[in-house]
Amino acid sequence: MVLIFAESPRGNLKKAAFEAVTYGKKVADLLGTSCIALTLGAVKDAGELGRYGAGRVLNAADPAFNNFDSQTYAGAIADVAKSNGATVIITSHTSSGKSVAGRLAVRLGAGLVSGVNSLPEVNGGNLRVKKSVFSGKAVAEYEITSPVKVVSLMGNAVKPEVSGDPVSVEAVSANAGAGRIRVKEVKTQEGRVPLPEAEIVVSAGRGMKDPSNWGIVEELAETLGATTACSRPVADSHWRPHNEHVGQTGIAIRPNLYIAIGISGAIQHLAGVNNSKVIVVINKDSEAPFFKAADYGVVGDLFEVVPRLNAALKKFKAAH
Amino acid sequence: MKFLVCISQTPDTTAKVSFNADGTEYNAAGVQFIMNPYDEWYALVRACELREALGGTVVALNVGPAANETTIRKALAIGADEAVRINADPKSAAFTAKQIAEYARNENFDIIFLGKETIDYNGSEVGAMVAEYLDLPYVSYASKLDLDGNTATLERDIEGGVEVLEVDTPFVVSAAKGMAEQRIPNMRGIMTARTKPLKEVQPVAFDESVEAAQFTLPPAKAGVKLVDPENMDELVRLLHEEAKII
Ligand SMILES: Cc1cc2nc3c(=O)[nH]c(=O)nc-3n(C[C@H](O)[C@H](O)[C@H](O)COP(=O)(O)OP(=O)(O)OC[C@H]3O[C@@H](n4cnc5c(N)ncnc54)[C@H](O)[C@@H]3O)c2cc1C
Ligand SMILES: Nc1ncnc2c1ncn2[C@@H]1O[C@H](COP(=O)(O)O)[C@@H](O)[C@H]1O
Repeated sequence: MVLIFAESPRGNLKKAAFEAVTYGKKVADLLGTSCIALTLGAVKDAGELGRYGAGRVLNAADPAFNNFDSQTYAGAIADVAKSNGATVIITSHTSSGKSVAGRLAVRLGAGLVSGVNSLPEVNGGNLRVKKSVFSGKAVAEYEITSPVKVVSLMGNAVKPEVSGDPVSVEAVSANAGAGRIRVKEVKTQEGRVPLPEAEIVVSAGRGMKDPSNWGIVEELAETLGATTACSRPVADSHWRPHNEHVGQTGIAIRPNLYIAIGISGAIQHLAGVNNSKVIVVINKDSEAPFFKAADYGVVGDLFEVVPRLNAALKKFKAAH
Repeated sequence: MKFLVCISQTPDTTAKVSFNADGTEYNAAGVQFIMNPYDEWYALVRACELREALGGTVVALNVGPAANETTIRKALAIGADEAVRINADPKSAAFTAKQIAEYARNENFDIIFLGKETIDYNGSEVGAMVAEYLDLPYVSYASKLDLDGNTATLERDIEGGVEVLEVDTPFVVSAAKGMAEQRIPNMRGIMTARTKPLKEVQPVAFDESVEAAQFTLPPAKAGVKLVDPENMDELVRLLHEEAKII
């Protein structure tokens, strides 16, 4: 049996959960077995996971699960895995998924590969999985040889696919035990797709000259329904919040479209973005290293090009 | 207070990535190694700051071969009081986590610091495993850590925001950007680092359940297509018709 931990931050299933279930269903098909999705805490519309392929959807509703604690979560997931004889356990490669995956591996004596990005190959009793390593500069294949296996699934690696119907949610009792982490407050920027989940990202660097110039970047992002990001020196000089910093020491992202404005394309910046499907670079210096990693390039002054691109996109949107 | 900081060594951020002929091993020839930036800039520096404010000891720990001692000495130069090297060439995060946990088990650390991930294999696996072995709470991706008596207040980076939380010592934490500011070791640090204790510990046995099978380089990009800066309608058309992403 394949068990998917479908995370539901603050009671809502997000894209990461639908991706994990879509992936889990495919892994179960490969292994000729069933798949079960587990949700923890109060969660809206958990039965929807059936549409993405979960044969059964379980929920452990102990209020202790309403806040994330890797210790109580891993305990509950491991209990459900054991009592249902799970041989593969899948989490999302997110702040919470990554934090339980290692615990599950230890608790279940399982081999773990984190951040897998494609379907595994079944190799006898082993699973062979792929992930991107060296910040996108190489691909690694690992063979998991233990009877129980844990993987965390990279965001945007599979598209959520509807393959079934909603199912009714089965309540399970999983002991939350005594959590030792006390969550005081959760501060999120509402109305924005978080960077790791964003399909389109508009990012700008020191070429912007001054934080007061960011209006054109925000407008372009608005037109595209994109999330904004920035290079490290921009975050370091407090021109933009540090949670926008992408790259080796910031957030690694893999959107469908990454638009880089006034960013030189230093190797440490590329490390966080070169898994993007399509990269557009706008830079006035035709020698900027970023052009080597780009699919489309515009050599020009960003202060002219960006508003022009925004206008062209608006025209396109109006016509489509 | 007693702090443990787990430090790893990674290829320099600008190092070229290549593998041996059959793609089974990273080619380290001519590669410059550095301390993993998350471990150095954030975890180690914050542990040193807390020790400076509250007293106590910072122990830097590396699981690695003798060649890693240059990196370990750098941790001592930045401010760790003593260092431990577990003498092994780790083949997996699981191996590393087991060694760290076995060493830490009887040492009564108040906080065990790690980096958010290593920048080479990008695992982000070790911290949760160490916490599980030791049955300790784990705060991952913390961008802020304050300590008041035995209670720590942390901010943890989550998708699209931060979680503010409290936990009592002992616990395990992985450090993300923001927890501290990078420190450059000064001359005095470098001099005293030479005389600080660096202990070698032998590893415990461990059965691997994950094997690295194959490394490959991703296919090269086709090359950039340049678009006239005056003609953004053309870029929009390409994104729509050719790339099919808008
Ligand atoms: C260990 C380490 C880790 C690092 N981690 C990261 C990381 O995670 N993320 C990251 O981003 N960096 C990181 N860096 C820093 C990185 O090396 C670069 O210094 C940084 O990415 C440069 O930022 P930038 O491109 O915004 O600025 P610059 O390099 O100054 O580039 C600005 C660009 O804007 C262009 N420009 C200027 N004016 C205009 C205009 N009017 N119109 C169009 N284009 C214009 C210029 O031609 C130039 O290419 C790291 C460095 C180290 C050593
Ligand atoms: N060989 C090692 N020795 C000591 N600590 C390590 C080692 N490898 C990883 N770590 C620690 O574990 C963190 C996460 O590593 P990883 O899970 O491999 O991404 C690193 O940032 C280090 O703090």
